Amino acid sequence: MGAPIVGQPFPFSAIVGQEEMKRAMIIAAIDPSVGGVLILGDRGTGKSTAVRSLAALLPKIPVVAGSRYNASPDAPPIPGDEVVAKAKTVMVTVPVVDLPLGATEDRVVGALDLERALARGEKAFEPGLLARANRGFLYIDEVNLLEDHLVDLLIDVAASGENVVEREGLSIRHPARFVLIGSGNPEEGELRPQLLDRFGLSVEVRTPTLLEERIEVVKRRDQFENDSDAFTAKWKSAQDKTRRHIVAARERLPNVQVTDAALRRAASLCMKLGTDGLRGELTLIRAARALAAFNGANSVGDEHLQPLAASVLRHRLRRDPLDDSGSTARVQRAVDEIFAAV
Amino acid sequence: MQTNINSRDAAQTSTATPIVAAGNKQALPDGAQNVASWIAVWRLALTAAAVLAVDPTRLNGVVLRSRAGPVRDTWLREFLAMLPPGAAVKRVPSNIADGRLLGGLDLASTLATGRPVAERGVLADCDGGVAIFPMAERMSSYTAAKLACVIDSGVVIVERDGFQLRHEAAFAAVLLDEGIDDDELASVALADRLAFQIDLSDFPVRLLREEHEGGNAGEMAEAFAVSVDDVIAARASIRGITVSDNAIEALTATAYALGVDGMRAPNLAINTARAIAALNGRAVVSDDDVQLAGRLVLAPRATRLPQPPEDAAPSEPEPEQEQPQEQEHEQEQAPPEDNSQDQEPPEPDQVETNIDQPLEDVVLAATAAAIPEKLLLKLMMQGSASRGASKSSGSSGQVHNGTKRGRAVGSVRGDIRSGARMNVLATLRAAAPWQRLRAQSAVADPARVGRLHIRKEDFRVNRYQERAETTTLFVVDASGSSALNRLAEAKGAVELLLADCYIRRDRVSVIAFRGRTAEVLLPATRSLVRAKRSLAGLPGGGGTPLANGIDAAREMAEALRRRGDTVVVVMLTDGKANVARNGVGGNRPLAEADALSAAKSLRQINGLRALFVDTSPTANPRAETLANAMGATYLPLPHAGARTLMHAVQVAASTSKATAR
Repeated sequence: MGAPIVGQPFPFSAIVGQEEMKRAMIIAAIDPSVGGVLILGDRGTGKSTAVRSLAALLPKIPVVAGSRYNASPDAPPIPGDEVVAKAKTVMVTVPVVDLPLGATEDRVVGALDLERALARGEKAFEPGLLARANRGFLYIDEVNLLEDHLVDLLIDVAASGENVVEREGLSIRHPARFVLIGSGNPEEGELRPQLLDRFGLSVEVRTPTLLEERIEVVKRRDQFENDSDAFTAKWKSAQDKTRRHIVAARERLPNVQVTDAALRRAASLCMKLGTDGLRGELTLIRAARALAAFNGANSVGDEHLQPLAASVLRHRLRRDPLDDSGSTARVQRAVDEIFAAV
Repeated sequence: MQTNINSRDAAQTSTATPIVAAGNKQALPDGAQNVASWIAVWRLALTAAAVLAVDPTRLNGVVLRSRAGPVRDTWLREFLAMLPPGAAVKRVPSNIADGRLLGGLDLASTLATGRPVAERGVLADCDGGVAIFPMAERMSSYTAAKLACVIDSGVVIVERDGFQLRHEAAFAAVLLDEGIDDDELASVALADRLAFQIDLSDFPVRLLREEHEGGNAGEMAEAFAVSVDDVIAARASIRGITVSDNAIEALTATAYALGVDGMRAPNLAINTARAIAALNGRAVVSDDDVQLAGRLVLAPRATRLPQPPEDAAPSEPEPEQEQPQEQEHEQEQAPPEDNSQDQEPPEPDQVETNIDQPLEDVVLAATAAAIPEKLLLKLMMQGSASRGASKSSGSSGQVHNGTKRGRAVGSVRGDIRSGARMNVLATLRAAAPWQRLRAQSAVADPARVGRLHIRKEDFRVNRYQERAETTTLFVVDASGSSALNRLAEAKGAVELLLADCYIRRDRVSVIAFRGRTAEVLLPATRSLVRAKRSLAGLPGGGGTPLANGIDAAREMAEALRRRGDTVVVVMLTDGKANVARNGVGGNRPLAEADALSAAKSLRQINGLRALFVDTSPTANPRAETLANAMGATYLPLPHAGARTLMHAVQVAASTSKATAR
């Protein structure tokens, strides 16, 4: 569905169904350390719409006025950030930066400012998309069509939180902490397995199977297209409510307890499924903690682990072509088994 | 004067064969009826053009499938004639470079002025008009994805060559799909975003000729007339047009019943209905507008035929009959029919449907009746048995992957005229040390003082590392003689090999032969998902048309070689041919002779690697002869399970790889 980049985004709260996708995004917004979100699914299921609606949903962030890296006023100044001393703090919407296909590497990581180099002979750095996405989200539509070396680079930066540029005689490092969100249709080429694993959560979106749900999707889209102001106003209170929930969850997050029982559950689930490495367990715990915070709970319980198991683990399974049931069903089977054996 | 599109189409609705009920639609009607049905097709195609002209930015465009020729040109001419004057019309070659498509560095101006100058891409130039893409079936999926993004947002956003550009680019895309075979299609992702898909590939040219040349041009012209003024008037009124919930429900339900996946199609249909209402001078979308929108937008997208209501109800409790309310109410709300005088007397059965049936049933029936002939035959062949499978096949087609992908691995001195991508920074770096020297020599020419001096020898172009793609082509014997358990093993092995190919990023393709013919189950793809799905539905039994199987493999291998792929053919058969090339069974010697000659011709393909897996219970000398004839490694595997089979194939493939070098 055409998500307008210009003008108002479709309100996040007005998205019909797609609970798994919405939950994954909210979790990433509460705790960015869960890693990125990968959204795979059918054409025309509102993947882009959902991502682009995030900015309007999330609370604004304080930024040093004029900062090229969305610098936080609480953090030490970033070298090379051309802000005036004692710059004011402004509140801005969370950056949700679109990485257009066909973007060149120099624009992604940043490069020598050609204009200044040529006109004034200065060797200055022109920050790229990674700088603009700092403290926000970086969105890649059709991630499976992006050139491999760019995807590798993005994932590296997303994991380290820092962009290091060594090119054209420049040596620059600047913070680039963002949540990577990728979307794509697996029928148009799949992602490399080692890349899949780097996303914290992966969600599958399908065209709704219920006719009523479809009708509702189409109606809301039509209303939005015809009068986006009225539609946005209509959903404002729902948006505000979700926003308050997210803010509250962020505050509660450090105090949410993770019991040994929960850790054991997560570990046995990962062992059962034979996922490689510890990343799966770690992400499952973090995500469950964020969900617990969102639901107002004080500690992580089965009711937080269970609904997230599929999102966290399905893309970490080894492929088994003889198992027709698909990874979601395999995770579900393991979940049923582990959580039934109390 | 307003042109009433609906009233003219009403005739077509009523003459159309009731497809949903009958199920045995005869082949193309002949004689006068034939002409009438083609005129109906043409009228629908022009209706789409008119509707697109009214609301190009919301309907996004059209895929026009037709070979280059007068039919296509006529349609295009008619479409462009309906556009308000001044609209930009650009042709965009499908192999266009990103820089030209989206925008980027304007090299000439940059060098002339000595500072970076951006140029707009073609898409930005199309803003407010039409972008025509000839040979759309050749467009790479990368270009298609970029185009899709621009269509979605109406804006070109460029992050290239040190620029950050943003241009308005709302246009209607006309994809001229010149594909011949079913596996040559315009990008599915792109087609999904465009409201209309028109197939004029079989349209008889003679109909467009003048009468004295034996044509029907007059009749055709009479069939449809929307003027620029109509379009301009419609554009002015379209934003105020309301669509009832009932109409939205009817279109969504129709899309659902016809297996149209994704949520874009219903929205496109609703906006189409709006544009039709605008053309007809209505303030509210009428039921007829909704029907026509269904026929224009949803019918070509059908992936299954609607289930007859009586057996759909018990089998699955789908909520299709849940909105009978408001029907009468809706009828009353319709605006006074001021244009009813030129409406033809409604057919009796139409009156009946309008009163008794909810709108969604009427729309569904009208839409199903408008499913294009070729698609309809395909859907009927799928049969009602495989409802699940029909979702995946149907119109969702081949995805083309461009082979021109690779990463820049540095830059070399080169000529930019050869189409290579220039590395600006490397070029500037190369030029930099000489600046002072060159400036001194240029001091005589005041215009050049203070400029950057870049000479031809400074140019650097990117070097790309491009990986040759390998495609493994499985040719699977699904006949009765390869008993059913062998088939299961073969499937298992293919799936395991697929996983292996997936890891190596190779592509796979599957051809199966049984009964009388061979069939391409899976065009070359890298998608494990699609591969598994197509294999799952592979039935077994019937004769062994080995010659046809090998021929199909040869055709596919040739096509892949033309793209520059490395091809590995893996035959899985017992080699017991009993159906000849002409599809006639019973003559075993002839069938075997045919198979042998097919095998020999397969050998003719340059650089092909082949592996022949003999699946018969005991090693079969005939199979070995065949293997030798096609230059394949012979591998008798009488009692191997799927896993053993896979390992054997892997080993053999790698050794054949080694010997091939």
